[in-house]
Amino acid sequence: MSISTRTPPVIGGRRRRAGARLFRTRLPTHPMAWWVWALGLAAAASRTTNPLLLLLLVAVAAFVVAARRPMTTWARGFRAYLIFGLVVVALRTVFHIVLGGGYGETVLVWLPEIVLPEWSAGIRIGGAVTAEGLASAVYDGMRLATLLVCVGAAVTLADPRRLLKSLPGALYEAGLVVVVAVSMAPALIESAVRVRRARQLRGTSARGFRAFRSIAMPVLDQALGRAVALAAAMDARGYGRVGSLTVGARRTSAALLLAGLLGLCLAGYGLLDAATPGSVAVPALVVGVAASVIGLVVGSRRMVRSRYRPDRFDLRSALVAVCGLAIAALFVLTEMRGDSVSHPSTFPLVWPQLALLPLVGIAIAALPGIASTPVEPPASETVRGSAENLAVSAITAKGISAR
Amino acid sequence: MISFENVSVRYAGATSDALTDVNLVLPPGEFCLVVGPTGSGKTTLLGAATGHVPHFTGGLLRGRVLVGGRDTRTHPPRELADVVGTVGQRPMDGFVTDSVEDELAFVMESLALEPAVMRRRVEETLDLLGLADVRRKSLAELSSGQQQRVAIGAALTAHPQVLVLDEPTSALDPGAAEDVLAALHRLVHDLGVTVLLSEHRLERVVQYADSVLSLTGPGDPVRYGLPGEVLAESLVVPPVVALGKLAGWSPLPVSVRDARRLAPALVQRLEDVAPAVQESSAAKPPTGDPLLSAHGVWQRYRNGPAVLRGVDLDVHAGEVLAIMGRNGAGKSTLLAALQGGLRPERGTVTLDGDPVHGVSARARRRLVSLVPQEPGDLLYLDTVEAECAQADSESGIAPGSTLALLTRLIPGLLTETDPRDLSEGQRLSLVVAIQLAGGPRVILLDEPTRGLDYAAKDRLTEMLTGLARTGTAVALTSHDVEFVAATADRVAVLSDGEVITEAPTAEVVLSSPTYAPQVAKILAPGTWLTVRQVEAVLRAGDPLHSARADRAGRADQADVLSAPEALR
Repeated sequence: MSISTRTPPVIGGRRRRAGARLFRTRLPTHPMAWWVWALGLAAAASRTTNPLLLLLLVAVAAFVVAARRPMTTWARGFRAYLIFGLVVVALRTVFHIVLGGGYGETVLVWLPEIVLPEWSAGIRIGGAVTAEGLASAVYDGMRLATLLVCVGAAVTLADPRRLLKSLPGALYEAGLVVVVAVSMAPALIESAVRVRRARQLRGTSARGFRAFRSIAMPVLDQALGRAVALAAAMDARGYGRVGSLTVGARRTSAALLLAGLLGLCLAGYGLLDAATPGSVAVPALVVGVAASVIGLVVGSRRMVRSRYRPDRFDLRSALVAVCGLAIAALFVLTEMRGDSVSHPSTFPLVWPQLALLPLVGIAIAALPGIASTPVEPPASETVRGSAENLAVSAITAKGISAR
Repeated sequence: MISFENVSVRYAGATSDALTDVNLVLPPGEFCLVVGPTGSGKTTLLGAATGHVPHFTGGLLRGRVLVGGRDTRTHPPRELADVVGTVGQRPMDGFVTDSVEDELAFVMESLALEPAVMRRRVEETLDLLGLADVRRKSLAELSSGQQQRVAIGAALTAHPQVLVLDEPTSALDPGAAEDVLAALHRLVHDLGVTVLLSEHRLERVVQYADSVLSLTGPGDPVRYGLPGEVLAESLVVPPVVALGKLAGWSPLPVSVRDARRLAPALVQRLEDVAPAVQESSAAKPPTGDPLLSAHGVWQRYRNGPAVLRGVDLDVHAGEVLAIMGRNGAGKSTLLAALQGGLRPERGTVTLDGDPVHGVSARARRRLVSLVPQEPGDLLYLDTVEAECAQADSESGIAPGSTLALLTRLIPGLLTETDPRDLSEGQRLSLVVAIQLAGGPRVILLDEPTRGLDYAAKDRLTEMLTGLARTGTAVALTSHDVEFVAATADRVAVLSDGEVITEAPTAEVVLSSPTYAPQVAKILAPGTWLTVRQVEAVLRAGDPLHSARADRAGRADQADVLSAPEALR
């Protein structure tokens, strides 16, 4: 193991000595902690339509990603999520303009309206575009985009493959299948690009279904071949070896897991649907959780596997997770107070307000960007990359403090 | 360690056995090389030793296979994971995780080894295979030689007693292949691992083998014994053995080193007749204007380093040009740029003075055509006949022309076959026929020898030299030094995106130990490259033989000529 020589981040004057002991472990942040943090951010985003808060959330996500992104190929995709977020906002806006429900008074522009027959009442194409309607559409799109960016941050910071290592044994096999399937996607794209290029070599000018078929056939053929080769390789390397568990115990585990899942579904429906009485939802939740846990424990004994260098959950990781929970809690609290901070009015259209509570939440959520374990550069040649990364995070930090 | 007892394998739906009545006992610590032409059942035999056949492939296995004392009938591959390690042809296809360390640990996790043991074995394996520098890298970033070594390491961490490898070096350049084989050699010596390995390019492996297992075809008996003995009667032999047979050496040498000790007499005999022959067969420098030429071609990957850095290259009508170089040196990119499908960032590619990029894909097909590395990429229809008909319409030629061309390339191919069921060599021929249908003036082939056995490679050599003789310019990339020595008139060596050498074949391959074919190494300082050349010289020197050889030679030529002429 190479030991990083960078000094740990200074948390502040005198407190540093006490803090240093607690934070001395320099374990990489647990992937589960990153996911909790990112989902906390997402939960916060789902609780507000305030564009200022949403922008701040995106900025926090970007800041932490820039500071703590691992140097793997996997982690290079964050920008794609940002772009995808912009696309979502744009789409939402365009849909509103074309199909809009034109409420509001401040008409910005009149589009030619297409008169639809009687039966399509409620649908309108074209017509007035109002500032109020537009703002509400943009807010809505921004919320969705922020959710996307939060998920992107989680994926970037914690490779799903590392998350797999922390799954309970009973879920390992299913989890691996999902992860392998996901990682097939880049191979599929590469294969499609290659085949398309090859198609040009044949000089084909086919369009439509014929062209699609001429590309899809070799790509699917190759994907299938790869899948079979991978399955054979996994088989040869001991994947799916049966442990010492009896058939009965295996069935019990499966039944318990199924029952648990059913209970959780019922509980989820009950909690979200206001019409269902709490007397149904709460017991379903309890039973569901209990059955799942027992099922996982029993099932995990079936898998005789060990873990190579498993991720450990230390204090820093706990801090990261707590930061995520904190921002979610503060945003929920803000919403419950019911003022216009969480959901600024669009009719009449007013400038969105900020408040202390959500701002504190934002600050806490940004903490992992400095307080979590710094990423170790993977090899000497990428040290340059890490310097760049630090520079980026410094710039981002400056940008945020300038706000 | 491995024992086969009366083993026969028949796949579902097949009318004959893929493997018939194999009896074999492989002692521990032996490096056994499996040889045989395509379709002789090499893969089936290797699969049977790992339990892959029939547990994974289906089919019926009669008899009994014991590996490390375990019967494969009752132990599927996953229950044999601690005894047998398997390495395939394409390491990337078999990777489960995406980092080097995790990949090495995967099998140990399945075997539920203690974390401390896993940690130790990973470190040992990293050292053993020289992977310590790349331990934290993602698997996709590694070179193909490194990837193959990771695949071997991933099998090795379980401390298996047997390692089964199916053509582990087929995609590697000569240098990377040497690395992988040297690593294997060390395993056999240091750890006493039993190795069962199949390979088409025997010249790379045979000197490491303790024994050879020769398969000739389904139904024929299997021969097993010392390399020299078995190869003396084998259908497929490396050049060193072919040369030994020709010279009548006994015992038959299998390594260049052994052969070199026996060589002086042969060199003497050759030199007696050589001067005259040398002159006639000496490569003549290309004459006239180049047909296809690249000037200062630059190309870079998006956000990446430059792949091609100002490449200048000429391809002349009537010559076969081989482009060689490491994996990742930019060979495939160069071919794509030469074809015109890839517009270079800087520089030009011209055909007879006109840039090739300006032309539509359809028209370009009639000028320059490219056979890609994965010939299967070009195929998408259900039968050979349908593919050929499609090529006719794409090239705007009379229906049936492509099929006629294909039949001349490989006679007797069933036109109703699904292209996916063809052997590598047959599929390559089909794609070559499709790409030749438009009558291009230049044909480019990317790594055409992959997966071909000696017979198929010989046919390819004949086909390409035949094409060149009719005035087509041929350019190909290859890692196969023997094939290049036999086929190419000129060789260009590409390194790090630049052409570092461009000269007649003999000049290039004789000056570099990596690119020298076996015959050249044995007969150094002579300048003979292939067994065929030596044979021709000997015939010319032998008055009894010369008349017959002359006749045979003429017949040979006529035969070769007839094919390409018909192509026109």
